[in-house]
Amino acid sequence: MLPPFDLSQPQSLADALQALAGKGDTRPLAGATNLVPDLRGKRETCRDFVSLDGVNELRYIKRDGDRVTLGARTTMADILDDSGIRTDAPALYAAAEIFAGRMVRTAATIGGNVCCGSPSADTVPALLTVDAEVTLSSVSGQRTVALDEFYIDYKKSVLRSDELLTSVSWNVPPQNSANLFYKLARRKGDAITVTGVAVMIAAEDGVCTRARIALGSVAPTVFRASAAEDLLAGKALDEAIIEQAARAAADQCAPIDDIRASADYRLQTAFSLTRRLLTQAWKQVS
Amino acid sequence: MSNEKVVTVTVNGSTVKLATPAHRTLLEALRHEGFVEIKCGCEKGDCGACAVLLDGEPVDSCLTLAWHADGREVTTIKGIGQPGNADPLQKAFIETGAAQCGYCTPGMIIAARSLLKDNPDPSLADVKRGLSGNLCRCTGYTRIFEAVQLAARELRGEGEAA
Ligand SMILES: Cc1cc2nc3c(=O)[nH]c(=O)nc-3n(C[C@H](O)[C@H](O)[C@H](O)COP(=O)(O)OP(=O)(O)OC[C@H]3O[C@@H](n4cnc5c(N)ncnc54)[C@H](O)[C@@H]3O)c2cc1C
Ligand code: FES
Ligand code: FES
Repeated sequence: MLPPFDLSQPQSLADALQALAGKGDTRPLAGATNLVPDLRGKRETCRDFVSLDGVNELRYIKRDGDRVTLGARTTMADILDDSGIRTDAPALYAAAEIFAGRMVRTAATIGGNVCCGSPSADTVPALLTVDAEVTLSSVSGQRTVALDEFYIDYKKSVLRSDELLTSVSWNVPPQNSANLFYKLARRKGDAITVTGVAVMIAAEDGVCTRARIALGSVAPTVFRASAAEDLLAGKALDEAIIEQAARAAADQCAPIDDIRASADYRLQTAFSLTRRLLTQAWKQVS
Repeated sequence: MSNEKVVTVTVNGSTVKLATPAHRTLLEALRHEGFVEIKCGCEKGDCGACAVLLDGEPVDSCLTLAWHADGREVTTIKGIGQPGNADPLQKAFIETGAAQCGYCTPGMIIAARSLLKDNPDPSLADVKRGLSGNLCRCTGYTRIFEAVQLAARELRGEGEAA
């Protein structure tokens, strides 16, 4: 049994925002794949929710030139069913493919994955490598925030209690680029990430023109390994520089021991997976 | 808190009215109504025993709020096929001996059906991935994977009987 709670079921975005306005202890509920287990496990104390299930205007995948926008209610299954995400954000597609099991993918939304704030949220490293932005809306207006500036600390973000995350958007990667994601977990399907790494490498004339590296499950939040990225930009990559970048990425991790893995294992795998993905990505673009 | 509400769900073609509070899951509401072919395992999305089709898409009913099913169609294992007109997947599970205690079987077949809809010719790795949200404590999975591949061949018209 779940603890008793209230649930309103608005059918439009305007009504959903209204339901959140001025009520500090009311929270959105989307696919409920985090919230139901958290309520049952007594980790969730909120008892008043606004369901986004009927807010169909938040469920879309749109393209405008090079810009791709996902409504917050877009599910992992929607991402996999779309014909374009595989090329518009290859790492995101890879993350959705390995996300949970088939039933959870029907329900789990991108907005819920970003907003749960978990360091193991699999779409987040992928989205960081395409410089994704999130739009946050409330009755008093909307603002757009770089996903890189969204998280403050473990499960803490800049999202206000009266705000909904309404969309996630990014520009499609440049022509000659590789965008990869690897999820290390206890098994290949339906498991919580031990170490997650996403990279984006773009190259022109044998030189790396853009490098993005994002790591999950190895710090209180998913983060971009910016020092490592800086090492790579503007250079022709080789084994030595890739090794150096992977080392820099691992240096930025602050992992913990938990039942899935030790902090030490996470550090080592953050290093080796970053090195592996950078090597693969560079091979693809050079 | 949590007023009751009557939600109308079509289960295997029949209309069912469920009076439930907001915090009731579809699993609890339907089992209470007698649809005990939907199995209750972990109640946290890990085991897939509670899987049903909601408007044709597979969901874990233990993670689905009953209120979210209002006006929608639910298909349970009994809606997939019955003795006498069993689905190819059900026949394949019988033929290969893929069910032992049978507790995981309804959910396995719901997930397998969605897999075969998306991918009529899955490799063994595809089948494993497709059933990663379903746990079985008895069979060791080998025969379940065989059953799904047998049904896939049958559905593609490559079965021995075809
Ligand atoms: C068996 C199982 C396996 C899983 N496997 C994975 C996995 O492989 N990878 C992974 O990353 N996660 C996994 N998860 C976790 C979960 O499914 C995802 O985080 C999912 O994306 C959450 O989305 P939701 O729509 O279900 O969110 P909900 O549970 O509805 O909400 C989650 C949080 O986000 C908030 N929220 C939701 N939508 C919005 C919005 N639009 N604006 C503001 N706040 C919002 C809610 O208030 C809540 O705090 C798994 C969960 C289960 C049960
Ligand atoms: S009972 Fe629903 S997934 Fe286990
Ligand atoms: S047959 Fe017993 S759990 Fe699968």
